[in-house]
Amino acid sequence: MDTLLDMRGLRLEAGPKSDPTVILHGLDLQLKRGEVVGLVGESGAGKSSAGLAAMGVVRDGVRFAGGSVTFDGTELTSQSPRRLRKLLGRRMAYVAQSAAASFNPAHRVIDQVTEAPVLHGVMSRPEAEEDAIRLFRQMQLPDADRIGMRYPHQMSGGQLQRAMTGMAMACRPDLIVFDEPTTALDVTTQIEVLGAMRDIVERYDAAAIYITHDLAVVSQMADRIMVMRHGQEVETQPTRDMLATPREDYTRSLWSVRSLNRPARVEPRPALLECRDLSAGYGDVKVLHDVSVELPRGRTTTVVGESGSGKSTLAKVIAGLMPPMSGQVLWQGDPLPADYRARGRDLLHDVQMIYQMADTALNPRHTVRETLARPARFCRGLTGKALQSRVRDLMELIELSPDKFLDRRIPELSGGQKQRIGIARALAAEPRFVICDEVTSALDQLVAGGILRLLMRLQDELDLTYMFITHDLATVRAIADQVVIMQKGRVVEQGPRDRIFDAPQQDYTRRLLEAVPQMDPDWLSRVRAAS
Amino acid sequence: MSNVSKLILQRLILGVLTLFAVSALIFVGIELQPGDLAQQILGQSATPETLAAWRAELGLDLPAHLRYLDWLSGVAQGDLGNSLASRRPVADLLMSRLSNTMFLAAYAAIIAVPVAVALGLLAAMWRNSPFDRGVNVGALSAISMPEFFVAYVLILVFSIRLGWFPTLARIDEATSLGDAVYRCFLPALTLMLVVVAHMMRMTRAAIINVLASPYIEMARLKGVPRWRVILRHALPNAAAPIINVVALNLAYLIVGVVVVEAVFSYPGMGQLLVDAVSSRDLPVVQAVGLFFAATYVTLNVLADILSIMSNPRLRRG
Repeated sequence: MDTLLDMRGLRLEAGPKSDPTVILHGLDLQLKRGEVVGLVGESGAGKSSAGLAAMGVVRDGVRFAGGSVTFDGTELTSQSPRRLRKLLGRRMAYVAQSAAASFNPAHRVIDQVTEAPVLHGVMSRPEAEEDAIRLFRQMQLPDADRIGMRYPHQMSGGQLQRAMTGMAMACRPDLIVFDEPTTALDVTTQIEVLGAMRDIVERYDAAAIYITHDLAVVSQMADRIMVMRHGQEVETQPTRDMLATPREDYTRSLWSVRSLNRPARVEPRPALLECRDLSAGYGDVKVLHDVSVELPRGRTTTVVGESGSGKSTLAKVIAGLMPPMSGQVLWQGDPLPADYRARGRDLLHDVQMIYQMADTALNPRHTVRETLARPARFCRGLTGKALQSRVRDLMELIELSPDKFLDRRIPELSGGQKQRIGIARALAAEPRFVICDEVTSALDQLVAGGILRLLMRLQDELDLTYMFITHDLATVRAIADQVVIMQKGRVVEQGPRDRIFDAPQQDYTRRLLEAVPQMDPDWLSRVRAAS
Repeated sequence: MSNVSKLILQRLILGVLTLFAVSALIFVGIELQPGDLAQQILGQSATPETLAAWRAELGLDLPAHLRYLDWLSGVAQGDLGNSLASRRPVADLLMSRLSNTMFLAAYAAIIAVPVAVALGLLAAMWRNSPFDRGVNVGALSAISMPEFFVAYVLILVFSIRLGWFPTLARIDEATSLGDAVYRCFLPALTLMLVVVAHMMRMTRAAIINVLASPYIEMARLKGVPRWRVILRHALPNAAAPIINVVALNLAYLIVGVVVVEAVFSYPGMGQLLVDAVSSRDLPVVQAVGLFFAATYVTLNVLADILSIMSNPRLRRG
């Protein structure tokens, strides 16, 4: 009996029985003891549902509608909640995407890590505590003896993610489901967490399902990769074969996103906007220290940094939303008023922002037409026919059919469509300078690729200057002309893209570049061996 | 300064200002009423001369703002003054009534709060089940009926038909605790029926809100039983809104019992207030009003402090 998990023809449905929404269409997945399989696909592909179903669990409103899930000889789909609970946490464990949200804010971390082993009668509380400290140490948490006494809000995202992996290991389960466990982490943190996760899975010979949309990440973790789309399997191959010779077109399209590369333009151009010795902060806490950057006209300057590096604060200062403590912003060589309220109308229109979460940046009660007409009327004084034709032009610009979309409400749009509307709204003011704050971070790779191509095309057509804030170096490599690397509120290094990538001058830049997962199954081992 | 002590200080200052405003409002309110204590006591047929003499005697002939300031300076020195009607110190009048009111409020609260929170938790745990629906319908029906109606229905059933409990809740200093508990059962039950719905529904809503959190899913995936998910993982995170609604209802149990006291002839603060208003006995009205306002302020501050203490992120700020 080598097979630990045997999922056959699994069908999941939601909604009314007469007209169900099918979430999984007969999925097959077998897992041996000690084997790690990667589930890859865009959001909505059914990866998370498949991962939970492997533990016999469905989310509220979803039901098993056919097929079977057998775990070590036990059929899970028909199991009573009481008997399923005896397996959950003890023989099957789960590591969620956001550890920060998945730890209970009301209890100390150690209490949560020891809960399952004590509850399942695997260990006494003192034994469980001792074991938790051992696991914390294996997950390379600092101050492992005492860190468990903290509350979740007193730990960083990376630390919590490690603690959660430790928590999953507490009963030494046979199967662990990792659901996008490093998506919310910075690259330099991600590499450490990935390494610790892989070690611990190997050490206890657990089988694992690793769910992600990041191919490079999954190729470090998985023996085998299954690509999913629309609740179905597209193809499954051993990791090396999958990377080398993907068979299906869809798989190849996932791979090709990474190939987006626009040659960096290096011929010098005058700066449209320039920051000189900017310092800014909240209260007494300084988060920007003497930042000086130049943003050449018609070019893309990417500002790269991990969370807390001050890149979003820099954007706020430039947009006039946050007054600097010292230093100034120059617009075509002239000082820009620190407060947006003191800037003239034209200047306000010239600088526009596009946000990371189109979901929250767009008013959900408005239609697309209202969303675009407002800034067009307000900034450019258009009314009547001129306004309507401008709105249609904007839709053409972002490659969405006006007839089909103008009268839809924002919540009826997909994530990529919402972000396109966000772009159109910024364009409605006819800006010259656009701040893009992590605009593709919440999107799948395919959709993100489309948005990036759109932004590049708009730049060429409208001679836009972009300040592109991101933590994703793959995006930087794809679109940047200039790169500014930030860390802890300071500029570490800046220059033309190819020089930064080919000949980084600073240690931090090198570390950052090395931490970007490569589509090579040996990458993680190699990097860890080197460091 | 820590979050909690800053908050207490802030609230104390605001509380004193509130009490001040309340006392001014009560004073103006009484002034706007037709007639005064002298008129009340001497009746319609009194001659203008006797009225004037009485007023001089009671100090009612002074201008309103002087009387207010006089009263205020007394309060500031801890002297609530004497009742105009009975000439007894207001503090004495208050004390016996106060303990009765607190007894009834505590009695009702001891039943109502655990029942409401438990029903709320169970309703959230079995959301949309017949149990949930039944509890909601029951609680909403109880709150939709005026309290005097509830009180009379209870009297009709439990004392007149079944004869289990007395119709009136008369108690005095000589009444033993056991007797008091027995005699006050119907008023306490009436109050409980009135306040349970609000607390129950807030508990249910707060828990259901928290149940959607990722850490609840995590707890379930660890194999934690359902009751433990609710009690250990959901309840601490839903504590703040529950504490606040409980405090609001405790305040209501103390200050909002006028009607119930009247129905059961219970000698509490509410009765005292009604009598004092009808005789325009200003010092008594003021004292009762201030006590009620202070109750609200204190319970709300207490609720805020407990909410903060229940949240580890705010506790050590």
